[in-house]
Amino acid sequence: MSVDPSAKQTDEEHGHPHPRHELSYHAKRIYAIRELLLEKNVITREDIQTQIDYQEARSPANGAKLVARAWTDPKFKARLIADPKAACAEMGIDATSLNEFVVLENTEKVRHMVVCTLCSCYPRPILGRPPDWYKSFNYRARAVNDPRGVMREFGLEPGPDVEVRVHDSTADIRYLVLPLRPAGTETLSEQDLAKLVTRDSMIGVVDALPAVPGSKKTS
Amino acid sequence: MSESSGRFKPGDRVRVRAEDRPGHIRTPFYIRGKTGWVERAHGEFRNPESLAFGGDGLPKRPLYLVGFHQREVWEKYAATKDKLFIDIYEHWLDPA
Repeated sequence: MSVDPSAKQTDEEHGHPHPRHELSYHAKRIYAIRELLLEKNVITREDIQTQIDYQEARSPANGAKLVARAWTDPKFKARLIADPKAACAEMGIDATSLNEFVVLENTEKVRHMVVCTLCSCYPRPILGRPPDWYKSFNYRARAVNDPRGVMREFGLEPGPDVEVRVHDSTADIRYLVLPLRPAGTETLSEQDLAKLVTRDSMIGVVDALPAVPGSKKTS
Repeated sequence: MSESSGRFKPGDRVRVRAEDRPGHIRTPFYIRGKTGWVERAHGEFRNPESLAFGGDGLPKRPLYLVGFHQREVWEKYAATKDKLFIDIYEHWLDPA
């Protein structure tokens, strides 16, 4: 909370109290460690900012770019499946921090879904930070023994003839689901297609968003 | 992806060891003792059971993508073709 020493008003003086933004125990500890590392010249403020920028740059938009390109370019799709890290580099996405990276292609007959029952392994360079539900005990337990129930709650109901494949990423491999291209999107640009590719569709709990009627490109 | 020099190849039937020991284990409890097949050899990786305690993780261990029929993992799972795939290190697998 910023403190202006010249300010004369207190909470009481202008009629209502303000919440106190007390730092949590862990936040205080992190800041103390940061200051120590700076003071002892282990890292610099620039290092910290660079790392913050890197963390912020990682978002599901990276994955959406890959998927939209794969939908529009079959040769790129083949490269993405054969060597995902090289395909990322081609698109200017830094996936070098991943040990191994595997792309799972959905089809009309097969739906993939990813979980890490042991913790929260997640393809962070491609999708950013995992959502809280991905790390919850509920999702981690039910994704493996009731994947169809979990999908139903997200709004996806694969028919009985569809094979549901759950991937429990317990080790060095990170998985990205390549969702099906929605019907009726033939005329959409790659950029507009990317908007249909949600984070959850790349975890595999839902399909990509349907094409919005009337969003067709006018040429 | 590097070729695995491991003892298993895709298609081999394997059983997950039903061991229980302390430490940082990357083989989930629910799959121990279950039988499946090697779907894919991922190559070799440093052993997390050593890395977790400040070790060097060497020698590297072959890692496999192992497939299981959901019906064989969970008694009450509905009759479908649904499958479960888990990454498991070679030292947790026996031929089945």
